[in-house]
Amino acid sequence: MSADPRTIASAGDDALLTVDALSMRFGGLLAVDNVAFAVQRDEVFAIIGPNGAGKTTVFNCVGGFYKPTSGRIVMGGESIAGLPSHKVAGYGLVRTFQNVRLFKQLTVLENLLVAQHRRVDTRLWSGLLSTKGYRRSEQEAQDRAVVWLKRMGLIEFANREAGTLAYGHQRRLEIARCMVTEPRLLMLDEPAAGLNPQEKRELSELIDELRREFGVAVLLIEHDMSLVMGISDRILVMEHGRPIMTGTPEAVRTDPRVIKAYLGEA
Amino acid sequence: MAGQLKSASIAALVTAVLVAPVFGLRILRDGFNNILETDWPFVLLSAAVVFVFQMVRPLLSRGTSRLKLPVLPPLRASQHKWITLFILAALLVWPFFGTRGAVDLATLVLIYVMLGLGLNIVVGFAGLLDLGFVGFYAVGAYTYALLYQFAGFGFWEALPLAGAMAALFGFILGFPVLRLRGDYLAIVTLGFGEIIRLLLINLTSITNGPDGISGIPKPTVFGLEMTRRARGDDVTFHQFMGWDFDGSHIVIYLYLMALALAVVTLYVSNRLMRMPVGRAWEALREDEIASRSLGLNPTRIKLSAFTLGAMFAGFGGAFFAARQGLVNPESFTFIESALILAIVVLGGMGSQLGVILAAVFLTVLPELARQFAEYRMLLFGLVMVLMMAWRPQGLLPMRRPHVELKV
Repeated sequence: MSADPRTIASAGDDALLTVDALSMRFGGLLAVDNVAFAVQRDEVFAIIGPNGAGKTTVFNCVGGFYKPTSGRIVMGGESIAGLPSHKVAGYGLVRTFQNVRLFKQLTVLENLLVAQHRRVDTRLWSGLLSTKGYRRSEQEAQDRAVVWLKRMGLIEFANREAGTLAYGHQRRLEIARCMVTEPRLLMLDEPAAGLNPQEKRELSELIDELRREFGVAVLLIEHDMSLVMGISDRILVMEHGRPIMTGTPEAVRTDPRVIKAYLGEA
Repeated sequence: MAGQLKSASIAALVTAVLVAPVFGLRILRDGFNNILETDWPFVLLSAAVVFVFQMVRPLLSRGTSRLKLPVLPPLRASQHKWITLFILAALLVWPFFGTRGAVDLATLVLIYVMLGLGLNIVVGFAGLLDLGFVGFYAVGAYTYALLYQFAGFGFWEALPLAGAMAALFGFILGFPVLRLRGDYLAIVTLGFGEIIRLLLINLTSITNGPDGISGIPKPTVFGLEMTRRARGDDVTFHQFMGWDFDGSHIVIYLYLMALALAVVTLYVSNRLMRMPVGRAWEALREDEIASRSLGLNPTRIKLSAFTLGAMFAGFGGAFFAARQGLVNPESFTFIESALILAIVVLGGMGSQLGVILAAVFLTVLPELARQFAEYRMLLFGLVMVLMMAWRPQGLLPMRRPHVELKV
């Protein structure tokens, strides 16, 4: 049953995110070909595959950065395919980037404040006159930011410019910036890239805790196999834009098609 | 070293070639004869000067790299408040002791401060290169002029409408245009400025074409006119106060109004920078993709900067029309846009104090150097080139106020 991704997609009708028959064509290149998967609530779902398999393209389609050529993307019962990314974020779906994209000249705290732009009081008059409601809204945003800075062990850097943080801290800040928006689905694009073994262990613990404590589902692209195998509930394997299989880490590890995709013909 | 010698020689040669026909050879008239007078020593001297300068330039640049213009010392909030109050008081009091010419010049400076701060919101905060800012200035000025001509509006009734009209134009222009990036946006806004000017010239039936609209009344003081004789039976300001008529009263009054408008602009842009929208502008300027992934709507946020900037240009325009008493399309050429942009860039994009300093500098200097009027544009260009070479971040680079977390 795990062999056919389509059946899994249709089986998960109460799934948080359902992607069905997704295709993305760039000119003559079919970068994503008929991909389907579903992410359940508080599930860690990983997409793996060799370089150029189309993993990040799937991410960009789901996140609204590309308009998919065809296919269905349903988040919490509502179709989000083709919506621009800033609207997609409104459905509780936020992401990190392969190469960290922080606002480097804003402070660590301000990075988390910008992330809350959708919920703070952005009305012109209340800000210009600094009304009571406006000040409360700003204070609450700051309090939420502080909670996450403490949680991520970044509170001591709160007033530093984000660009001056160590790389590992920048990675954590990017996740904090997503979490402060209280998302339902967190999409992590190669979160372990460039981290040392100690930091990788911390990352996998963090992902596990986020899922358990905050009930957030995680959609993950990662090359580090020990990390993926350790934390994922299910894994989708892609090659050349096509899905090969979806299954548990054990099923993936032993599947001959996956071994062939990674190691080539024996 | 050899390379340096070579480049210096080439520079000297180029200088000689350029200088020779202009200064080295002079045609003099002597009765019926034309005599060609040569001045080779001058040509050789200038070539030598350039040669020496090129040779020692590396040493100079080493020297200037250590030279630093001041960065503002961080002030405590209370100090900041007192200094601001002191400066404000000084600005309020001095025109009563200054000469009429100086007060008039200061009024002009304040108009440019207002325009500079307005454009600073667009270029400095939101990072949108707007080359047609003068278009909004023109919209504001003509809104007042036309409202006066066709509906008899006074300055105070027209001022908010002029701001609103310019903001509306900013909104309508910004909506389709803000999807464009960088250079494209610059070109479209440049075109917009020109379109407004050409419309003003060619809509003769409404705007009176190149002649413009004249006889625009100056602002009143609570309905009292500040003229020698009131229209109709009204009481004028000096009659009401029981003073003798003095032409400098209106000059001081205009100055104080310009000051009030500039202070309001400063206050608003200062608040904006600390508000969520200010943070969003900054974030969007740094990384639009990351901003969008967090749910920030780029078009809407940029549009707010564009509209607000245009609104201040509109206020400035209405005030300009009132001060001049006359508007015509000549006042709204591209050079004006370039000047306002130069104020923002020279001051340091995003830095309000820098913009104010640059506005003073670029308005007062040409007035002081009147005898060099022909070289004005040349000097202007030279200053810009030198600034970009040595201090591209502007006179007083922006130091954004960060939200500090008190632990």
